[in-house]
Amino acid sequence: MKVTAGDALHIAQLARLRFSPEELEILRQQMESLLSHFSRISELDTTGIPPTSGVLPLVNVMREDIARPSLAVEDVLRNAPDREGNCFRIPTILEEE
Amino acid sequence: MNPLLQRPAYEILPMLSRGELSCRELVEISLDWLSQTEDRIHSFLTQDGERALAKASALDQQRSKGEMPGPLFGLPVAVKDNLCTKGLRTTCGSRILEDFIPPYSATVIERLEQGGAVLLGKTNCDEFAMGSSTENSAFFPTRNPWDLERVPGGSSGGSAAAVASGQVFLSLGTDTGGSVRQPASFCGLCGFKPTYGRVSRYGLTAFASSLDQVGAFARNVRDCAMLLEAIAGYDPLDSTSLREPVPPYFRELENNPGSLRIGFAGDWLAMGLAPEVERTFHRALDTLRGLGFTIESISLPHSHYALPTYYLIAPAEASANLARFDGIRYGLRVPGENLKDLYQATRGQGFGAEVKRRIMLGTYALSAGYRDAFYLKAQQVRTLIRRDFEQAFGIVDLIAVPTAPSTAFRLGEKVDDPLAMYMADLFTIPISLAGLPSLSLPMGIERGLPVGLQLVGPALAESRILQVAWRFQQTTGLHDLVPPLAEASRA
Amino acid sequence: MRSPTIGLEVHVQLNTASKMFCSCPVEFGASPNSRVCPVCLALPGALPVLNRQAVESAFAVALALHCQIQSFSQFHRKNYFYPDLPKGYQISQYDVPFSRNGYLMVETEQSKRRIGIIRVHMEEDTAKMMHGRSITEHATTSLLDFNRSGVPLLEVVSAPDITSAEEASAYLIEMRAILRTLGISSGNMEEGALRCDVNISLDGGTRAEVKNVNSFRSVRKALEYEIERQTALLDKGEPVVQETRHFEESSGITISGRTKEEAEDYRYFPEPDLVPLKITPQWIDAVRQGLPELPEERRRRLHEMGLFPAEATTIANAPELARFFDRTLSLYPNGKEIANWLLSEVSKTLNARNCTIDEIPLRPEDFAELLQLIHRGTISSKIGKTVISEMLATGKGAGKVVQEQALGQILDLETIRGWVREILAQNPKEREAYRQGKDTLFGFFVGQAMKRSEGKANPELLNRIVKEELDSDE
Ligand SMILES: [Mg+2]
Ligand SMILES: [Zn+2]
Repeated sequence: MKVTAGDALHIAQLARLRFSPEELEILRQQMESLLSHFSRISELDTTGIPPTSGVLPLVNVMREDIARPSLAVEDVLRNAPDREGNCFRIPTILEEE
Repeated sequence: MNPLLQRPAYEILPMLSRGELSCRELVEISLDWLSQTEDRIHSFLTQDGERALAKASALDQQRSKGEMPGPLFGLPVAVKDNLCTKGLRTTCGSRILEDFIPPYSATVIERLEQGGAVLLGKTNCDEFAMGSSTENSAFFPTRNPWDLERVPGGSSGGSAAAVASGQVFLSLGTDTGGSVRQPASFCGLCGFKPTYGRVSRYGLTAFASSLDQVGAFARNVRDCAMLLEAIAGYDPLDSTSLREPVPPYFRELENNPGSLRIGFAGDWLAMGLAPEVERTFHRALDTLRGLGFTIESISLPHSHYALPTYYLIAPAEASANLARFDGIRYGLRVPGENLKDLYQATRGQGFGAEVKRRIMLGTYALSAGYRDAFYLKAQQVRTLIRRDFEQAFGIVDLIAVPTAPSTAFRLGEKVDDPLAMYMADLFTIPISLAGLPSLSLPMGIERGLPVGLQLVGPALAESRILQVAWRFQQTTGLHDLVPPLAEASRA
Repeated sequence: MRSPTIGLEVHVQLNTASKMFCSCPVEFGASPNSRVCPVCLALPGALPVLNRQAVESAFAVALALHCQIQSFSQFHRKNYFYPDLPKGYQISQYDVPFSRNGYLMVETEQSKRRIGIIRVHMEEDTAKMMHGRSITEHATTSLLDFNRSGVPLLEVVSAPDITSAEEASAYLIEMRAILRTLGISSGNMEEGALRCDVNISLDGGTRAEVKNVNSFRSVRKALEYEIERQTALLDKGEPVVQETRHFEESSGITISGRTKEEAEDYRYFPEPDLVPLKITPQWIDAVRQGLPELPEERRRRLHEMGLFPAEATTIANAPELARFFDRTLSLYPNGKEIANWLLSEVSKTLNARNCTIDEIPLRPEDFAELLQLIHRGTISSKIGKTVISEMLATGKGAGKVVQEQALGQILDLETIRGWVREILAQNPKEREAYRQGKDTLFGFFVGQAMKRSEGKANPELLNRIVKEELDSDE
């Protein structure tokens, strides 16, 4: 199982994680070794085996369409790193568009 | 240590509800013991003594007015810090939530409150429940009350240590791949991970949603049944919550479970375990035989693949579950040049090494080009593992297996070797993947360290597990164990 | 000319009482962050629970678009980071959407064609982000309001079957008519209840996507601009870049978005916090039973009643108007007359007040009464216009207005004869001239008498009596 430096960087960017080059290299090696270990599952023939994404026998769990009170605005914003009035504030992101 | 703190909760409870002991008095005793021991154990991330005392006084008043006491009336408890508590800091053991104060409480927290439990605080854990030693807490490691140089297990190590040391009578942890059972094993406790869907996950900070369950710690099976009964049951706020009524676990405990067949899986022992654990396990099987249960050999051939399966599925789900920690609405924000920079800096600084490692693994397993070979394949293997259990439970009523391959290891012993750390959950993970109920309870003490036995049942067989476990405990006397730390202070 | 191939991706906000996965009220224009809970703010530990009404509204839309509803469906997490997406993933549908393979009949002046619908799926809306509105720190910040976060959305993806800007516009208009008739969305593009992404390519070229085109006019303009732009490129032998573009409302042109340095990788996987949907034929039938008459059917019925196509469309595409029409029709069975009055006098008022018929104090019963009064001759059409404007202003019934303002026609023979005699007596010269054979003066006498009656004399009776009185001179 080969994980290239490029792969590691790409994954770090997808996951929005910053690493120093040294950290990323250690992580790359760990990923390579762990994934090599994990790729053992490829030994198994799983042709025709359905995937399990949940173990419950439940289907169609729904609630009725009844509106209930929301949180108080102050509770919504209580942990905000930055706010203006009753809105969350972030540095402008226009350049990201 | 006040001897009251070493008694079973089921004996203390009637004293409290009859008024022979006031809630306030008991909470004061507990807080006092907590303050004496906490600098050695470090079970708590946040203590809430003031509110605990106020709550205890309120309970005493209620009792004097003749109000019906709840099922946990006046009992000092603690909960893992990944369960949201309204108005009380909830960090999940992470810097990214260091100052986070939830505006709501988890359903299990509300059930504890309604039951009359008195919350003394929030317990330490591996960051976002990722770990098996509580050393991945961003704040400090928790020590094992049986040996302060050893880990209490994890990720719910703080909750386990708090109960084992007598700081509280009961506590809640969460178990994704073994995070309640393994610390219970390391700390000489009962630790129950119920059937997936039995206890509400609402308010439990998600690690791997398809695996996470809230679990109960207690020093004996009866207390464990009492706590489980108080928190279990349908919750309309959790779509994966089961509607089946909760049996009266506590009352049913004395029922005769009948002549059950208990399975023993040779495949598992072949995965590798310490000789003292294997020895103790065989003794435990003999005890079970002596109780009139039949021990039958079963095969769970895919268990060998459970570890890789788990370490692909759980990090994949985690990579999405932890995306909400982005510095926008709450938690740590590290400023950046632009938005992407803000995200990367915040998450880069806010998360610890293990959390980042798992996010990377999970993102990788889901990413284009690898999704089929890793994530999807793991989901298929998960089906095979579930089928193994289905077949086994066609033959036997319960399965017995050691909880962990070893007893509590030393602090620092495995921190630099992720795979070795992951192996600590070798025997708990397959059960989690199948969503089955499992209780870890002490089956012996080897060289001064407790060894845990898991009793695993088919879905919703909680009561059966508890009944067998209770008989086991009464026979072996391995309940209400007192670690040296508490022992020494008794004098 | 190179022919365009156009596909539309439409997002529809559902007007349920509560959000898709939490109980927060769906309410437009509420103060910022006042309709937010742990779930739609993505606090740690919060979990989604699916809104049954949202699912059934989605079924209704799929049925109206002739889609096949699947027996099994699931939600997936679509993972990407953006400040308006609190969980870092959107709960959406991926490889098992609840419906596929439908179509919409779209009529333009040139053609009536079947536009394929590839799929309809359910998802949730994002928060609202406002740029550069900061009062205290210039334009360097963005503000976030999570009221919209978690509002139920449907995504309707058309096949690339659309061949002109006009057809695209007609597709959207028909879509809106269906949504409004089903009563499950306001379909209002300006308010963002209906949002549109456009994919367009020309023969021999690659595809460009234009995001978030926010009005019918803009869709048309954006497409016309793209056709022009891509034609020019291809004519010059230059390639069309496959990219996302943005339509600029003010200039009417599309602008290239930032080209993506990395291909988007949404890492879809099944949402473990929700369980699958098992959709039985009985469930689908129950929703089907509740479906109203759809615009296409309704247009056909109105047309068969004698309405012009334009009239039929106007009424059929506006469900309140159609409901009003049908209720009036049950009391006064002449669709053509109802349409005439509804689309002239009443529509004028609606346009002037910029509202729907539900928002003015006119009831179908009163409207039918007015038409009866005109039909019976109690009032003239001309008076009818006065009456309706009074009704629209006050909400009074037709009969009451006629009575109060004494607007009813006078049918009493002796009263009319009295006025006619008065007029004849006042105009002896004209009377003599008439007698001498100047027949054209007949109209003069009728006019004067009508004026004397303040317009209330029944015209037929007045004519008859003027003739009788003049003839008696001979
Ligand atoms: Mg969409
Ligand atoms: Zn909400």
